[in-house]
Amino acid sequence: MTSSLLFNITTFAYLISMLLFFAFLASRAKAIGAAAMAVSYGGLLAQTVAIALRWKESYDMGVGHAPFSNLYESIVFFSWTIVLIYALLDIKYKYRVIGAFVMPFALLGMAWAQLGMNNSIEPLVPALQSNWLLYHVVTCFLGYAAFAVACGISIMYLIKAGCEEAADGKAGNGLLAMFPPTKVLDDLNYRSIMVGFPLLTLGIITGAAWANYAWGTYWSWDPKETWSLIVWFVYAAFLHARITKGWVGKRAAWLSIIGFAATLFCYLGVNLLLSGLHSYGGGGK
Amino acid sequence: MTTPKKDFLHSLWDFFCSLKLTMFLLISLAVISIIGTVIPQGIPPQEYLARISPAKITLYKALGFFDMYHSWWFILLLYLLTVNLIACSFKRLPHIWKIISQPVTTLSNTLEQSLTNVATIKTSAEPTAVKERLASFLSAEFSTPVVSEVDGAWHLFAQKTPWCRLSVYFVHLSIIVIFIGSIIGSLFGFKGYVNILEGESVSKVMTRSEKEIDLGYSVRLEQFSMAKYPSGAPKEFKSILTVLENGKPVPDYTNVRVIVNDPLSYKGITFYQSSYGNAGNYYFTVTDINGSNPVSLTVAGQSSVTLPDGSSLHVLEATREVSQFAKDLSGPAAQVELHTPNGKAEAFVVYANHPELNIQHAKQHGAGPVIHYRGAEEKMYTGLQVAKDPGVEIVWLGCLLMVVGIYVAFFMSHRRIWIRIQDGAVTIGGNASKNPGAFQQNFEALVAQLKTALTTEKQP
Ligand code: HEM
Repeated sequence: MTSSLLFNITTFAYLISMLLFFAFLASRAKAIGAAAMAVSYGGLLAQTVAIALRWKESYDMGVGHAPFSNLYESIVFFSWTIVLIYALLDIKYKYRVIGAFVMPFALLGMAWAQLGMNNSIEPLVPALQSNWLLYHVVTCFLGYAAFAVACGISIMYLIKAGCEEAADGKAGNGLLAMFPPTKVLDDLNYRSIMVGFPLLTLGIITGAAWANYAWGTYWSWDPKETWSLIVWFVYAAFLHARITKGWVGKRAAWLSIIGFAATLFCYLGVNLLLSGLHSYGGGGK
Repeated sequence: MTTPKKDFLHSLWDFFCSLKLTMFLLISLAVISIIGTVIPQGIPPQEYLARISPAKITLYKALGFFDMYHSWWFILLLYLLTVNLIACSFKRLPHIWKIISQPVTTLSNTLEQSLTNVATIKTSAEPTAVKERLASFLSAEFSTPVVSEVDGAWHLFAQKTPWCRLSVYFVHLSIIVIFIGSIIGSLFGFKGYVNILEGESVSKVMTRSEKEIDLGYSVRLEQFSMAKYPSGAPKEFKSILTVLENGKPVPDYTNVRVIVNDPLSYKGITFYQSSYGNAGNYYFTVTDINGSNPVSLTVAGQSSVTLPDGSSLHVLEATREVSQFAKDLSGPAAQVELHTPNGKAEAFVVYANHPELNIQHAKQHGAGPVIHYRGAEEKMYTGLQVAKDPGVEIVWLGCLLMVVGIYVAFFMSHRRIWIRIQDGAVTIGGNASKNPGAFQQNFEALVAQLKTALTTEKQP
């Protein structure tokens, strides 16, 4: 068994899980929802083993390092954290349908990594040879994943709130009846961000600590740093929105979606479109 | 009667206390920060300036876009945020403080109506006994209550973690602490760089703003070395440094290994491995395409020389043993860049032990000169970032305060329970500062337990 075979199985599991979630939405059959969840748990398990295995494989190759060091590895890890956070949410709150809006993110990540990227294990360049890499990446990505889940929930909120408005407040029929009530969605959105915000804060701080340790400046306004701060500002605005009159509900949902868009840009856009210290695989400054 | 002046001050105060301003500032900062990630910061590279129009350059310069995170208007926004933060806290803190320090310990009817969690239990037992029973119940299951008697009714009040209401203020304070730390760093610290040749020492470094700083001691580079992975990717850049006080090595700071991610600190100044290069000479022989007219050529370090045909040559990288990159080849090799007089640039590798390859390359490119590498006298230098930042501990303190504060603000809650024993009824009310759903469950469980506690009391 190799990690790359397991990653393929994971991708397939997430695809099946997503399709089952869609079927669950359409059919409202509890059994299908349970099956969808079971398959995504299976995928999560396979992916967990695969990540651990890849870690071990790197040691077998003599270039041992935690598997978070290039774009491929980080996308895979991102998918894993999204499913993990969603699984925790499911265990705690049991709103299955949310899976239909979260699993696509995880699948997209895995599919892109497996189909479009080189998955060979590479040795670490000097700039990345530090334990800070682990702390920094794990906290950042757990935070990103919580924001991804919050974004999925916000999309559900906007759909549901929009339809209810159109239907004059009558509880929706069909598909929408499956959605948790808007109040619950709003609350879950807040809760996900409540998990993501401290993690992002820790991610920024560990990044700053690492930068200070590696080249003596904890903050140098490089594009990646600045974008992480932009994301942080957006979610800080979200948190204050809740205590400001007139900013709850739809506006909060939009802030959450904008926040996740900024998160994605911080993660991918900066690497693919802007230049800076964080380009994956590139060396130090 | 208020004078217009006072009105103005009032509205100014209200303006700074408003959370709408907070939203505006946070969102503005987010949007404005984007500019500096799109426009290169610092000294803009020539290619960039060539790409945009002169009018744009003038405009960007005037607006401070090339160093926007230090421009007056960006700093102003940060100051506004700070003032907003402080004003808001001043306005709300007394109210919060009162909730903590002077809790309402009796359950009045108005309070009862304002609570979402209320339950009533009928009891025929003697009120003082019920009170005793409930007090010990609360102490065991929740927290020790304050008991009081008002107008013939017994009141019990118990609360958990009231101080966590202050956490938000610690989060806000932490932002100010971080600002203070960074200001101290920029006032009393410096960021610089220095290049040291192998065997030589320096006692001064250059700051980013081209100011010379005296270290107060000197640092000698004993050796620089670089290791590569089999694939050719860099594995380690290593400087061996010795700190010298009055020309004498300092015992614990002799032959210290400094690599990327593992700096050397001495007397508050830290040295970080950052770059490297060869300042020694590279030797070449240049001939015509048929091997005639050999000319010896010496290229010093990073500089370039002009060849007989007018093209200029400089060395990008050199190695003593090429076989680690190309298995079938051996001996010294150099990667050079050639700029021909007609403005073409080309990078290629020339060898010491494989003249035929050098000739072959020249032939492929017309009748240009043939370049043979003869080897190098290596004299490596290391490039170190040098930094002193006396504010950094304060920044970490602020970060710690922020993380702990956010954790407490989000995941802890001030929970309160009031009980009134009056006219054969026990009324229980409660609320929590956070997470009402979870509190409601706890409250219901507590009331159920309380019911059993009251009914079992009657039995013995
Ligand atoms: C202009 C600056 C700011 C002002 C005026 C401000 C004001 C406030 C106020 C009034 C509250 C509510 C306190 C209460 O419930 O009694 C609050 C909550 C909070 N603030 Fe700020 N704030 C500012 C900036 C920030 C920033 C930059 C952060 C980033 C970490 C932050 C983090 C928080 C958090 C985590 C809460 C708790 C929110 C919640 O419980 O959902 N604040 N802020």
